[in-house]
Amino acid sequence: MAGLRLTYDIPSADDDFTRAGEASGSVKKKLRQIGYNPEAIRKVSIAMYEGEINVAIHAGGGEAIVEISSDAVTMKLIDHGPGIADVEKAMQEGWSTAPEAVRNLGFGAGMGLPNMKKYTDSMDIETEVGKGTTITMVVKA
Amino acid sequence: METFFHSVALEKEKCIGCTTCIKRCPTEAIRVRNGKAQISAQRCIDCGECIRVCTKGAKRAHSTRLSALDNWEYKVAIPAPALFGQFNHLDNIDIVLNGLKKMGFDEVYEVSRGAEVVTDVTKRLLAENKLKLPVISSACPAVVRLIRQRFPSLIDNVLPIKAPMEVTARMAKTEVSEKLGVPAKKVGVFFITPCPAKVTDFAAPIGSARSWVDGAISIAKIYPKLSEAMDKEVDIDHLEKIAKSGMVGVRWATSGGESKGAVEDRYLAADGIENVINVLEQLEDERIQDIDFVELNACNGGCVGGVLCVENPYIAKARIQRLNKFLPASQNHYEHSMNQMINWTKALEYTPVMKLSEDLEEAVSMMSEIEELRTRLPGIDCGSCGSPTCKAFAEDVVKGKVNESDCIFILKNKVKKAAKALSQLGVEDDSN
Repeated sequence: MAGLRLTYDIPSADDDFTRAGEASGSVKKKLRQIGYNPEAIRKVSIAMYEGEINVAIHAGGGEAIVEISSDAVTMKLIDHGPGIADVEKAMQEGWSTAPEAVRNLGFGAGMGLPNMKKYTDSMDIETEVGKGTTITMVVKA
Repeated sequence: METFFHSVALEKEKCIGCTTCIKRCPTEAIRVRNGKAQISAQRCIDCGECIRVCTKGAKRAHSTRLSALDNWEYKVAIPAPALFGQFNHLDNIDIVLNGLKKMGFDEVYEVSRGAEVVTDVTKRLLAENKLKLPVISSACPAVVRLIRQRFPSLIDNVLPIKAPMEVTARMAKTEVSEKLGVPAKKVGVFFITPCPAKVTDFAAPIGSARSWVDGAISIAKIYPKLSEAMDKEVDIDHLEKIAKSGMVGVRWATSGGESKGAVEDRYLAADGIENVINVLEQLEDERIQDIDFVELNACNGGCVGGVLCVENPYIAKARIQRLNKFLPASQNHYEHSMNQMINWTKALEYTPVMKLSEDLEEAVSMMSEIEELRTRLPGIDCGSCGSPTCKAFAEDVVKGKVNESDCIFILKNKVKKAAKALSQLGVEDDSN
């Protein structure tokens, strides 16, 4: 099936936090034009924004690869950051390792990963401490 | 009336085909084709931004001519509160209202009256937990039209109450016809409007099948005659007491005014179309918390920033602030008997005008083509092709509306290649 593949650079929050959210914003606009159902668009947008912010804050930036077909949207967030030491803990609502400065901005409430799971039809985490993390999320059309 | 009626229109002979308006249109509704701007009826939300930025005066807002008053036996003016911000040293709105009467209106009803009713009912509905939070104001028609075409998941958050103009029109028509003992159809109600979106809103209303407004006269158009008719020297005690609204209604003219009356502090008031779009995006993604009420105005400063106003929005805002201290709090309240008058009778419906195709599969492959083409475009958004950005141009090409070589950079490369091929022909000839 003819799919659409989009790639985005996610800058580190330390370098440019004003650009955080650009990738998910762009994907949202494209899905709107494609005519995806509004609920699926909202799910993609929320999950991808959370993921994007995580990559920017915790991993010093990374990359997003988004594949769109008429059946589903697959979002892959790839970083070479510190990795997640305890995935189970990270999946608990309210658990966060975000620094104080980031929390002051309203992030780091420990809802990132749980929300990503909540708003997607599937989520897979590959992570290795010291090497990085790849999260793959799928939202069905 | 059709769904896509518009007040904003082009005066073709004045348009020189520059790129000013296409760049500033928030919904990318304008293209320059064959040297003239073209406005997409589906995408335009009548915000008036193109009227504001056009240096040639080639965009205008259709509004009702003053001569239209002659068609009505009884004429009622319902001025937007923004009108009160247009005059210097105004400390009594009766001076303006009496001026309108002198101009030929039989009765005058401030739209701030209807605004106070809307404020009151909003407060009650919030207290009774009858609304989906956060509630988004439905007063700015450009914003409601924007939500309708771009933010389907927020449609249920829009306050399903008619805007103050509509509420006031119905109040006025009913009361005047009862008072004078004449049929309502003989009473013409004219909104004195700060913006083209309101003109559209009465001709093609949102939230109801028909409007009670019979015409919308631009503030700019009425301003010279009204200023003349206003008696600023008169002893206030000799003026007819017409005004029946207070601070709560009048401050709707400026951004934040509606919110202040409805909620204590859990509100967000954004003005200017770019800010409005940004807030809507964040609302849609559930990134805004602890807010119960969201007031959005397409124009800078609120309605005082409307493109049909004559005064700078921030100067008008300062005047409204000053005026407020001379006004009572609120003079109009909601009653159960008003339900039919104020509730929306028609739900807001999603009109996905940005959609590439009805078929999802086809839309995905069109989007792939767009992305592919974008890699070959310069990405400098020069606008020479007539589309606002390289991205919009790529969409237009894939939709089959224009050709790739309408991009001067692609054309230049083609010409270069052709020239090279020709010159090589010459070289070969020489060697022979």
